[in-house]
Amino acid sequence: MAPSDESTTKSARTTPSARIRRSPGTIIAMVLGVGVPSAFLAVFFLLPVLGMLSRGFIVQDGIDFGGFVEIFSRPRILRLVGLTIGQAALAALICTVVGLPIAHVLYRLNFRGRALLRMLVVVPFVLPTVVVGVAFRTLLSVSGPLGALHLDGTFTAIMLALVFFNVAVVVRTVGNTWEGLDVKQEDAARVLGASPARVWATVTFPRLLPSVLAAASVVFLFCATAFGVVLVLGGVQFGTIETEIYLLTTQFLDLRAASVLSITQLVIVVGVLLLANRVGRAGSVAKAGTTIAERRVAAAQSRRKPRRADAPAMAVTLVTVALLALPILTLIERSLRTTVGGAASTAARPATGLAAASTASTASPGIDIGGINYSFANYLNLAGTGQRNALVVPVWTALGNSLTIAVQATAIALIIGVLASLVISRRPRNRFARRALDIFDGALMLPLGISAVTVGFGFLITLNQPPLDLRSSPVLIPIAQALVALPLVVRTILPVLRGVDSRMRESASVLGAPPWRVLRDVDLSIAARPVLAAAGLAFAVALGEFGATTFLSRLDHPTLPVVIYRLIGVPGGENFGMALAASVVLAAVTVAAMAVVERLRVGSVGAF
Amino acid sequence: MHKKKMAIASIALAAATVLVLGACSTGATNASGAGISTNNPQTIILITHDSFALSKGILEKFTKDTGITVEVQAAGDAGAVVNKLILTKDSPLGDVVFGIDNTFASRAVDEGILENYTSPALVGAEDKFLLPAGAGREQLTPVTSGDVCVNVDHQWFTKAGIPEPVTLDDLLKPAYKNLFVTPSPNSSSPGLAFLLATIAAKGEAVNGVGGWQQYWSDLTANGVKLTAGWNDAYYVDFSGPSSKGDRPLVLSYASSPPYEVPAGGTVAPTGVMLDTCFGSTEYAGVIAGTKHADAAHKLIDFLLSLPVQNDIPESMYVFPVNPDATLPETWAKFAEVAPKPYVVDPAEINKNRERWLSEWAAIAIP
Repeated sequence: MAPSDESTTKSARTTPSARIRRSPGTIIAMVLGVGVPSAFLAVFFLLPVLGMLSRGFIVQDGIDFGGFVEIFSRPRILRLVGLTIGQAALAALICTVVGLPIAHVLYRLNFRGRALLRMLVVVPFVLPTVVVGVAFRTLLSVSGPLGALHLDGTFTAIMLALVFFNVAVVVRTVGNTWEGLDVKQEDAARVLGASPARVWATVTFPRLLPSVLAAASVVFLFCATAFGVVLVLGGVQFGTIETEIYLLTTQFLDLRAASVLSITQLVIVVGVLLLANRVGRAGSVAKAGTTIAERRVAAAQSRRKPRRADAPAMAVTLVTVALLALPILTLIERSLRTTVGGAASTAARPATGLAAASTASTASPGIDIGGINYSFANYLNLAGTGQRNALVVPVWTALGNSLTIAVQATAIALIIGVLASLVISRRPRNRFARRALDIFDGALMLPLGISAVTVGFGFLITLNQPPLDLRSSPVLIPIAQALVALPLVVRTILPVLRGVDSRMRESASVLGAPPWRVLRDVDLSIAARPVLAAAGLAFAVALGEFGATTFLSRLDHPTLPVVIYRLIGVPGGENFGMALAASVVLAAVTVAAMAVVERLRVGSVGAF
Repeated sequence: MHKKKMAIASIALAAATVLVLGACSTGATNASGAGISTNNPQTIILITHDSFALSKGILEKFTKDTGITVEVQAAGDAGAVVNKLILTKDSPLGDVVFGIDNTFASRAVDEGILENYTSPALVGAEDKFLLPAGAGREQLTPVTSGDVCVNVDHQWFTKAGIPEPVTLDDLLKPAYKNLFVTPSPNSSSPGLAFLLATIAAKGEAVNGVGGWQQYWSDLTANGVKLTAGWNDAYYVDFSGPSSKGDRPLVLSYASSPPYEVPAGGTVAPTGVMLDTCFGSTEYAGVIAGTKHADAAHKLIDFLLSLPVQNDIPESMYVFPVNPDATLPETWAKFAEVAPKPYVVDPAEINKNRERWLSEWAAIAIP
């Protein structure tokens, strides 16, 4: 915007973005791109969070930060902070190490069943934590199939579950970038005699690094704010900052301590983001994406038959998929067990002969395998409201609510995410503008790192006056879900847009394309596939979101995860069976949605 | 061809932005429209916990009889409900609250989030559920009552040939080592109820000796298992018919055994240790600042009436407070009520909750 830019643009083409920036249309676009996401975050995130923090820090005679000293002198708090960081860092590391070979296998190799595997990997990501917790504990408890490992209630169990949930983030984020990488560079290196390890280390990995870091930081944030998994699997020995904030806010109303912890959470999150950003910037010298034509060719070329050298990666993939499938299969198996009244699975235990006999006599026709009666009874029950009316609406109605809300949330997350990514992907020459964009970039990630409890309670105390009297409005649910999905959308699209060679925009401009056409034909067409991938992820996240939704959901208009939580929280074998069946349905719907996205992706390749 | 698509896409993106923003503002108007200021026909908002449920047709009957529509909003567990009401004191979330239990009653009263109301529907028989005068009696009306007790798997003990434990002290005996599972008091309300039962039974330690603190360190030494939530303890660790865990003693509700009786069964496979129960009562009250006090009073009276009270066992798994209510057949047959459950003064709970929980954590989860 400085006057000097004009002469530079005219004299030389070294600053391609200068010309784009000057057009009034572009300025409007920039304002929209920054303004809409900023306004969204300001109202639905910053305002509620600041509202809660001010309750904690503002006392009668001013602001009191004395809480920090007092609260950090509690040994328990120090331990929780350490545990939170350690747990999240370790989980992010494991997810990356395990996720990279899987991304290679699922996005670079061509074999039967690949599409199915791609979908399978995402299923855990959307399962409600309560259900996964029960599935894991059923597997790991002393009497469970893996009881001999003695993992129940250990740190290892938490780690397994965190990896179970989040490995999909690495596989999909990195996979999408990897798929579009031009293989010519690798081929050239190989022809010149480089060993596969060297090719990987010097050619492939540096180009993947931005997306690897993006994925790892998202996993870190997810794990640092993990709540349900830690509670259910760790028993009560382990806790995180998040579980402590929940306790302090909902049980003790100790807002001062909760605010101190929220700030701590914020500092950790910002620190990690800055670190990832710095390392990522340093590593992203090599450009990833190229023209659409090139990307399509690259994707086509990159897909090849598995070779012997792929064996280790294939092995990692198979083992991981098997481990991912285990809890899911347990879930399916248990959901198919016939339950009559409260006498669930009595037949499994010879000790209860009486109950077993009555089960068999009244059970709907099913198949007996190994003394256990299997049928679709739990699934048929989903049309009702549960044993002794545990629910207000039938489960299918809740599924309808979930789908509607998830579509709205996906739309919001995509609009905000695409606008924001387009802006952030630009590298203005002005140092301050660049710094401002970095801050904007980081701000978009914050919702992942802040406790849902803080945001949820913040909604109540800040969005309570016209024109923003939204406290009890149903519109808050998709908005809250979109807040959680937004960082994923940005992290999926941004690495690709950043990888766009700025010379492409430049050439388009030189050839006379107006800025909006540059945006459309260069940025948006390259981003089209990642946008679809992001849509799939956002939809999945919205569908499975529980933490924020439970704060906002209406009793007569619940989502499926809320209903599952309700079913699992009341006694009665039939309700438990329905909860498991409903979880399987949730997983199936997610897989179907992901399948549609994969379809669209294939279609979009043909359309270009 | 594809260019056209992209053009459409960019237009759609812009249009969608406008639409979504528009939707937000429409949502705003709708929300405030449904708020507290509507008159005739009246709508009032009932703030309650996540476990609130009534059979279809019951609240509709109230609307038919009085012309008042009730909008139910769940706000988390009992603690979250009270804390939310405290935080929003200046602009109340609703008109009536249900689900404040005796562990949070004192905080709700002290913070002044409730208006005085004594329902004429209360009868003498419900006196035992009333809070002390000057400490909630004037504001909170008892609606449900449910004891939290240790449940026992009869079949497991019969098969093992071990006599069942009866008292809290029995749980410390070597014969019952590693057999008991309970949700943790710092993450579960029934878990807290059990801690309070032990506090009521054992009192405070004197000079660091004895008291509930000693009880818990003995209980921990005897292999009590702690889980995060009730569902986890009941469905994963408990050996009762609904699950296949390996612990025959679980902290649950007095109302749980009827749900374990198979259809047509005559013997309950599980039961309750009546000497381990903590008495829990849930109250309703009028939220301070309501503009619909009359309608709010009518709703509270309605919660005490037979249609609601008869429905409470099947819908919310707790007992009605109204002595005239009819219990379901399985309850009448299989549910036992502790004659003298442990109680702790709500004001004491409010004063000591945080200290008790941190002392407990230091003992049970060092």
